[in-house]
Amino acid sequence: MSRKLFASSRNLPILVTLGLFIVMFGLGSIAFPGFFSIQNFLNLFIDNSYLLILAVGMTFVIISGGIDLSVGSMLALSGMVSASLLEKAHMSPLFVIPIVLLMGTALGLFMGYLIQAFDLPPFIITLAGLYLARGLCYVVSLFTISVKNNFFQAAAHAQVNIIGTNFLSPGALIAIGVVLIGFFVSRYTKFGRTVYAIGGSEQSALLMGLPVARTKIATYALSGFCSALGGIVFTFYTLSGYGLNGKGMELDTIAAVVIGGTLLTGGVGNLFGTLLGVLVYGIIQVLIVFQGTLNSWWTRIVIGFLVFVFCVLQRLFEARKGATLGRNTAREPAKAAAGR
Amino acid sequence: MPEEMPVLSMKRITKVFPGVKALSAVDFRLFKGEVHAIMGQNGAGKSTLIKVLTGVHEQDSGEILLEGKPIRPDSPLAAQKLGISTVYQEINLCPNLSVAENIFAGRQPTRFGGIDWKEMTRRSEELLKRLNLVIDVTQILSSYSIAIQQLVAIARVLDISSKILILDEPTSSLDETEVEQLFKVIRFLRDEGLAIIFITHFLDQTYQISDRITVLKNGEFVGEFRTEMLPKLDLIAKMLGKELSEFSYAADNDQRKRAFAIAGKDAKNVLNVKDLGLRGSIAPFDLNLNEGEVLGLAGLLGSGRTEMARLIFGIDGANQGEIQVKGKKAAINSPRSAMMAGMGFCSEDRKSEGVFADLTVRENIILALQARNGVFKYITTRKQLEIADEMIKSLAIMTPSANNRASQLSGGNQQKVMLARWLATSPIILILDEPTRGIDVGAKLEIMELILNLSRQGMGVMFISSEFEEVVRCSSRIAVLKDKAKIAELNGEDMNESSIMRTIAGGN
Repeated sequence: MSRKLFASSRNLPILVTLGLFIVMFGLGSIAFPGFFSIQNFLNLFIDNSYLLILAVGMTFVIISGGIDLSVGSMLALSGMVSASLLEKAHMSPLFVIPIVLLMGTALGLFMGYLIQAFDLPPFIITLAGLYLARGLCYVVSLFTISVKNNFFQAAAHAQVNIIGTNFLSPGALIAIGVVLIGFFVSRYTKFGRTVYAIGGSEQSALLMGLPVARTKIATYALSGFCSALGGIVFTFYTLSGYGLNGKGMELDTIAAVVIGGTLLTGGVGNLFGTLLGVLVYGIIQVLIVFQGTLNSWWTRIVIGFLVFVFCVLQRLFEARKGATLGRNTAREPAKAAAGR
Repeated sequence: MPEEMPVLSMKRITKVFPGVKALSAVDFRLFKGEVHAIMGQNGAGKSTLIKVLTGVHEQDSGEILLEGKPIRPDSPLAAQKLGISTVYQEINLCPNLSVAENIFAGRQPTRFGGIDWKEMTRRSEELLKRLNLVIDVTQILSSYSIAIQQLVAIARVLDISSKILILDEPTSSLDETEVEQLFKVIRFLRDEGLAIIFITHFLDQTYQISDRITVLKNGEFVGEFRTEMLPKLDLIAKMLGKELSEFSYAADNDQRKRAFAIAGKDAKNVLNVKDLGLRGSIAPFDLNLNEGEVLGLAGLLGSGRTEMARLIFGIDGANQGEIQVKGKKAAINSPRSAMMAGMGFCSEDRKSEGVFADLTVRENIILALQARNGVFKYITTRKQLEIADEMIKSLAIMTPSANNRASQLSGGNQQKVMLARWLATSPIILILDEPTRGIDVGAKLEIMELILNLSRQGMGVMFISSEFEEVVRCSSRIAVLKDKAKIAELNGEDMNESSIMRTIAGGN
């Protein structure tokens, strides 16, 4: 399988992303002393754990041919609700975490239901979700709520040694777990394959008897769940809830997914690509920090540029595929004849 | 074939859509181990009948018996569960998934709680081998030709176990070897006892593959025949709803005379097409058109008339051949370049490709002229009105004023607006695809009169119509098309309906 994974032209965009990451890491290592280290690589996971979790949910939604603009606000809302329940209601994390996850899933489910049942454009419905969740943050509190809960404090400061003294945070471990589970679901379950089928052709998927409605709603619920989990991990990271957290993060997430080789038109993409997309996103930030003179907004400029490049690359790959189609046509009858 | 109980019988099926009786008391029987073709012209009710059978539409009356039991599928999925599967011309599979996944989507074999890809690959290869197809099933579907995708679609429905397989225009985008490959599979499945319904516009293919033919016309059942008992000429007559003897051999003298007159005064050639063709659309053809001539294109539905027109007008890009306009080679690769070369084209689909219903008559008329002049040479409203009024007068378009919306006009008058649009650009070649379809008899006569008038003024006109009678009446020469190729040209005494039909039935 691994041979096919890398040989097939379908994975070319992912290979490009991988190459890009290696080149960036290499350049950074040459240009800046102290850049090259295992810990610096692991830090990419730690610093972008919440983004990675959002991106997993987003990947499913985009593969199905949809989009979810609500993830940034949902992350903020989950953080606010967690902080408020922990600090103001003094609830145990044992209850707070499931409640928040359930809330995120339910909101996603609701948006998915509206999109499916009333045949509404995902763009608009999740935009409404974005505003709704963002507004609800301020209903919870107008100000920052800092989290002093012991469990969250522990999670924020814990270091899990991986190689020698190099470590990952609990949040990063959760994120990696989510990617692995996501990969299994996308490749080895009927739900996952139906998501791809819907992205390829919803009409066909219906006629093939696949559970289109259920699956589409479930992708938004999954994305809602991931946003809520991302919110909790973000709270581990910042130890506070604030209404402005994660502003614009939905777009960072979409950018990372696209750089990871997932087609916005649906049907094509995978979670390793998404992981690489997030790492590329992370390393651009690190490079800019190491460089020192550029301000952090340059991250946006580079990301913007990369998204341009990747969208064009994807079109070019598609055109190339069109060319192979002609070749296969010519080849197959002969092959079929040989099989007789 | 033993006359046992049919696996499917549809009895007195009636379906009414608002304003149209799509099917009236149609009977249809299908036996195990046969290929049954359903034939008919446009609006005959073929697709409605299939849609009733596959649960897309529900019949208003009549019953469907599958193996003797009444059924009433309410969706294509329900029909499929009953064993009635359809493979459509536009393939209903997912292009982004692998061949194996397309066959097994929704029924993937699993192992240890996950999809067993190896097993799926193995079983797919096995299934396709039954259909004589050996390909890499792990490649995505879109990397294969339409022909192979169709076989994959068939493999999928076979694995779900079908009793009835409906093939809806399966051959329209295949080349000859691919058609042969498909027919081998169809024969193999028939011999295994599957009942197959085959819908096509290709006459020759019907005779190659079908055991039985049901003919429909205008939503009515014409008859069911054993293929070998029904000569081609009879089939065509039945599809058109006329007996051969009914056709008048009387020639329209006026038009004959004109034809000879044109030939006499060594008419100038305006359009010369050499070896123009597009794979999968229409076979290469030669064609020429003289000044003041009406060239009729005659053929059954799907014979390639529209394809020919689209190729000449640059809507579809030809992959071989060349076009000369007035003796000079014209590089026509888009409707715009065709327009610049002096052509005009009225599409057969007036609603979606022709008249802009929300624009006024004036705006509709001025469109093509403005497009040719370019946005920077704006035609003033006064000038626009002048042109529009002139057209309204000369074509006798019935509209209160040039500023009324096109949607308020009748079909015949909309057709005239489209004609006016092209006439405003004063073309030297005018292509009219079914200008008389869907308009009343009076309007038809008016349009035909207009066509003759235009040709008298020296315009070269190509006229397409499903009604052979109209083609014969208007044309000074007739090109006959069949199965996506031009097969003959008729002129002089041969220009009558029965020789058109003989030409189509004869051929190879």
